[in-house]
Amino acid sequence: MELFVQNIINGLTIGAFYALVALGYTMVYGVLKLINFAHGDLFMWGAYLGWAGLSLVALLGLKQGVWALIPVVILVMATLALLGALIERAAYRPLRSAGRLPPIVSALGAAFILESLARNIFGASYKTYPGWAEVTGSITVVGGVTVGVMQIIALIASLLLMAILYLFVNYTQVGTAMRAVSLDHDTARLMGIDVNRIITLVFLIGPALGGAAGLMVAVRYGSFDFTLGWTFGLKAFIAAILGGIGNIPGAMLGGMILGAVESLGAGYISPQWKDVIAYVLLVVILLARPTGLLGERVAEKL
Amino acid sequence: MSEPILEVRDLHAYYGHVHALKGISLSVAAGEIVALIGANGAGKSTTLRAVSGLVRPREGDILIAGRSTRDLPAHQIVYLGVSHAPEGRKIFTTLTVNENLNMGAYSLGRAKATIEAHRRRVFQLFPRLAERRNQLAGTLSGGEQQMLAIGRALMSDPQILLLDEPSLGLAPLLVRAIFDTIREINAAGVTILLVEQNARAALKLANKGYVLETGRIVLAGPADQLLADARVRKAYLGEA
Repeated sequence: MELFVQNIINGLTIGAFYALVALGYTMVYGVLKLINFAHGDLFMWGAYLGWAGLSLVALLGLKQGVWALIPVVILVMATLALLGALIERAAYRPLRSAGRLPPIVSALGAAFILESLARNIFGASYKTYPGWAEVTGSITVVGGVTVGVMQIIALIASLLLMAILYLFVNYTQVGTAMRAVSLDHDTARLMGIDVNRIITLVFLIGPALGGAAGLMVAVRYGSFDFTLGWTFGLKAFIAAILGGIGNIPGAMLGGMILGAVESLGAGYISPQWKDVIAYVLLVVILLARPTGLLGERVAEKL
Repeated sequence: MSEPILEVRDLHAYYGHVHALKGISLSVAAGEIVALIGANGAGKSTTLRAVSGLVRPREGDILIAGRSTRDLPAHQIVYLGVSHAPEGRKIFTTLTVNENLNMGAYSLGRAKATIEAHRRRVFQLFPRLAERRNQLAGTLSGGEQQMLAIGRALMSDPQILLLDEPSLGLAPLLVRAIFDTIREINAAGVTILLVEQNARAALKLANKGYVLETGRIVLAGPADQLLADARVRKAYLGEA
């Protein structure tokens, strides 16, 4: 029982990171039907920019401590939002009417550029977050299960970001417009919705969330390198498909399930087999529900 | 007569390489119901899509209350008082009825009181929508979806309403109800440009009609004259 609870908590923490990154994939797919392959690398840049920000704090002799993470996270999110919108402008918008393949090539190109830039700027070796930016210590929850304070902070922060996004998308006029654009660009235009502005907004929000996740993943694992976008980002992409790509609650659910299954597989069977277990389960789920867990809940009536 | 609320001048438009509109000219005066009739592919829907900005004209001009829309993107044309209920209804299926209506009022921004007043008017016209306001639009019946498409288009409080095949796929009883509602909307002061396959019902409702054939207007005139016209009766009203 202890092992189970421990693994579930660890799994949900990683799952929340998957979910944050998966949201970026799914929102872009929603409005453009495009897989934004650069998204995983934007997420990876979140880890580097966070590292750079904390290094700068140390370099400038500013006050060190976990509170320094707050301005750093905000700066990382803002920078990645701008970078995301820039990539949309430069790499995707000019190809909007060029069919479906050219934007995919462009997305892959953006991904490789972001990855090479990270390697060339920061080097190929692992980067480590400074220990002073962490809260050490842990608390005991139910029956002898201990959870690190930092882990709880990251989990709460992730859930908070997702809750804000959920409320925005479901209960504001602009959020509703975003869902309308996902369904039908032309009809959205007839309503007076500026579709390009909504798309820009999606490319601001997704990378901002991904950037926050990148920083938190790096804090959680301690070290990372430029392949983070490929390894972790790909799993987040799979989480988005598992939940039903294009569906925002689906991305959250898919991320959480993937994290939990991985963690349980690692705990009960073997860490070496966790990917195998996770992916077998994914294939089974997709065989049963090809549109993902929450994909296409309502059939269109003619 | 006063200045037309909508004027289309020698409009040419292409769908890919297909020359879909070959010099359409028409005018709609405030308060009128004008019907566009013609066979499938004659260019009726393309004409409406050009007016609402979804199709860019290659040549010619479209004036809304005297203002040219040539340089306006589609999402700004609704601000001139044009609202378009497109062919196939195109309701937002995974949004609720109320959210669909909210999107119809998107151009009104944060004018909450005004939006709620429009919503009450739509619910008066279509009480069924009020009953189903929190339901996902995709779960509505065909007739209810058509009501929602028209209701959504009314939410922006348009000067002119473009209706594309409102009777398509509906049972005869519902068709009559929809046409009665269109008359009611018009009586409340909304000008209507109506595209219909059901030429007889459309011309009975309209003041004026245009007959389109392969991208050209081949006949125009008061609706009762078109109803009596031998060519129209033969080609569009199914008479020998």
